[in-house]
Amino acid sequence: MGDVLAARSQMAVSLGFHILFAVVGIAMPVLMIIAEVRWRRTGDAMYLELAKRWAKGTAILFAVGAVSGTVLSFELGLLWPGFMRFAGAIIGMPFSLEGFAFFAEAIFLGVYLYGWQRISPRAHIVAGSLVAVSGAASAVFVVIANAWMNTPAGFQLQNGAPVNVDPLAAMLTPAAFPEVLHMLLAAYAATGFAVAGIHGFMLLRDHRNAFHRRALAVALIVGVPAAIVQPISGDLSARYVAHWQPPKLAAMEGQFRTESGAPLRIGGIPDVDAQRTRWAIEIPHGLSLLAFHDPHAVVRGLDAVPRRDWPPVPVVHIAFQIMVALGTYLALLGIWVAVEASRRRDLAANRWLMRAVAIASPMGFVCIEAGWTVTEVGRQPWVIYGVMRTADSVTPMPGLIVPFLVISALYCFLGVVVVWLLYDLVMRSPITREGDRATAPAAA
Amino acid sequence: MATAIAFVALVSLNAYVLLAGADFGGGVWDLLASGPRRAEQRALIAEAIGPIWEANHVWLILVVVLLFTCFPAVYAGLAIALHIPLTLMLVGIVLRGSAFAFRSYGSSEDAPQRRWGRLFAIASLVTPLLLGVCIGAIASGRVGAVLEELNGVGARESFVSMFISPWLSPFTVAVGALALSLFAFLAATYLTVEAENATLREDFRRRALAAAIAVFVTAFLALLLARWHAPRVSAGLLASSWAPVLHVLTAIAAIAAIAALWVRRWHMARVAVAAQVTLILWGWAATQAPYLLPPTLTVANAAAPSRTLALFLIALALGAIVLLPSITYLFRVFKSSRAHEPGASRAK
Repeated sequence: MGDVLAARSQMAVSLGFHILFAVVGIAMPVLMIIAEVRWRRTGDAMYLELAKRWAKGTAILFAVGAVSGTVLSFELGLLWPGFMRFAGAIIGMPFSLEGFAFFAEAIFLGVYLYGWQRISPRAHIVAGSLVAVSGAASAVFVVIANAWMNTPAGFQLQNGAPVNVDPLAAMLTPAAFPEVLHMLLAAYAATGFAVAGIHGFMLLRDHRNAFHRRALAVALIVGVPAAIVQPISGDLSARYVAHWQPPKLAAMEGQFRTESGAPLRIGGIPDVDAQRTRWAIEIPHGLSLLAFHDPHAVVRGLDAVPRRDWPPVPVVHIAFQIMVALGTYLALLGIWVAVEASRRRDLAANRWLMRAVAIASPMGFVCIEAGWTVTEVGRQPWVIYGVMRTADSVTPMPGLIVPFLVISALYCFLGVVVVWLLYDLVMRSPITREGDRATAPAAA
Repeated sequence: MATAIAFVALVSLNAYVLLAGADFGGGVWDLLASGPRRAEQRALIAEAIGPIWEANHVWLILVVVLLFTCFPAVYAGLAIALHIPLTLMLVGIVLRGSAFAFRSYGSSEDAPQRRWGRLFAIASLVTPLLLGVCIGAIASGRVGAVLEELNGVGARESFVSMFISPWLSPFTVAVGALALSLFAFLAATYLTVEAENATLREDFRRRALAAAIAVFVTAFLALLLARWHAPRVSAGLLASSWAPVLHVLTAIAAIAAIAALWVRRWHMARVAVAAQVTLILWGWAATQAPYLLPPTLTVANAAAPSRTLALFLIALALGAIVLLPSITYLFRVFKSSRAHEPGASRAK
């Protein structure tokens, strides 16, 4: 493994690991707050229990997210000093703002988690809401920084160095809005369905369990609307990519040749040497229609750029197919849930629906990983699209496979532990059944 | 403007050392917990750190984003020459934080509690050591020297001379040990204030006094070794015009801290120890001003374009308006009075 590939792999592992926890940090506070507000309104102690258990899980996940985010802030320099030396002054701004947002998140999470008995109910709910708001704000700022790497702006090149740096223009790039929107919706959809899936699975065993019924309802309130709206935001993202990063779109779609009325390929495996995508279901004019809203629009294929500027096509194409397939499943499932709920049917008693929800549990997170693979691998071979190559920004330090293996081993270990702890937390849920006399758990 | 921002960086680092430093020091005392009140000592440490360690940790992130926004060349340089100790420090940071969270929120059974406690404590010991090593490496001027070689043409240096010897020397190790002792001193002193009963307070008083001796020994050692390994530090601390003032002030703070512990004036001891640590940090900064990475990168020549600096200062001001009251609130809620029902602070 060469040093550049090792560095890229380490970055991928670090980002792929961190994003899971970051996403939970964005959406989980919303679930906790809904549960707490319901408890305060109704006095139903089961909601308090729910808020506290979710808070416990969130505390574990947030801690891992905080430290793995720290790792990333260092790795930007440890692995890509050339990139940071070039870009620090241009996009340090959103990173700094993210730092402030993260600060607020950490402060109010501390208040929320440890403050149940120490502050007024209103203050407690405000603290929790601030965690949710600052979590979302962190995501906005970080994704803005990533958007700049895709559509760099806010500087001019002079002898290979940036001049006339304008950090505000660097924050308002064309990619910023579609990427931010897509990520925020993804966070709520993925977390909502992940939680709903866990409780849906438990409801398959006993659909009258009052604890899991309440948990399911709250989780779906967050997950369903986001999942239903997400395809619209996906369309927006795809059109921005089509306009600003044609090679990335071409790789996503396995589109080797420039053509008008390009077909939409579903599935298939791109064969880079033969320059065609095999075994795909092709919908005529589909891609032109989706990407440009015109069935005869010209879609630039990979042949429009030199071979050395191609991203790794199969990875991008397959990751994109996975994201779209699972995202579509979640959107359809969201519609099903919405229809059932609007008819006031008992969701938990519907075994087929609960099965569909249970298997959806990991899907949102797989979507997020696949989506980031599309946007990051699809940007290659550039670290700053069209400006700086990834290989030119890597650290001169040799033997990068060693830190890659160290970080990977560390994260594997943490991943296993976190899954095991959360499993333990879920399995020790209360077993009060709906209709039983409420055996309210004492407030701890 | 660049000077103002460098000043902010130092203040943030100062806050990190005083706050997160004490959290790490708490981990050290968790590792060294002994005697009949071992469990109570650990419980007190966990309760003291629990609500605030994540917020305290963010000061480090603030230093990092500040460096890469406003002094990108310095950040890139540090990341190249100190790749190995920084990576190891990150492993320490990750394990410390995760293990603490796993212990606090995971299974309350005995065996996992002990296992995570041990990991949390060991990581708390290793991380400050590495942080000190990195600061020692910067102070010694070797990091900057490596970067000069990198930029120079030809002269292909060996792996060891590029990526190991910049940070591994008796001096840097002594600074690491000093950082560790200081953090332990801070933590033990703070814990005397936070302890709820007199016997526990006495436990941490003894520990604080022991740590004070360790601080004295390691500080002396670092100063001695600086003569050979960090001449700029040595010259600054021994010969410059401000040196006597600094030494007198630091000595006053150190003596005040020990005296206050001796006569059991806990709050006064807390202030004095914080002042002592602050003076040591600022003393280091003074020896290398105006250099960020001696011998070449200064505050002025490594600074980002002025537009970036101006925007950063604006963002900082806005951030401070939001964050300072929030931090004050956090500490008021959890640190002001100990008159609360025991155990109430932890979500059960």
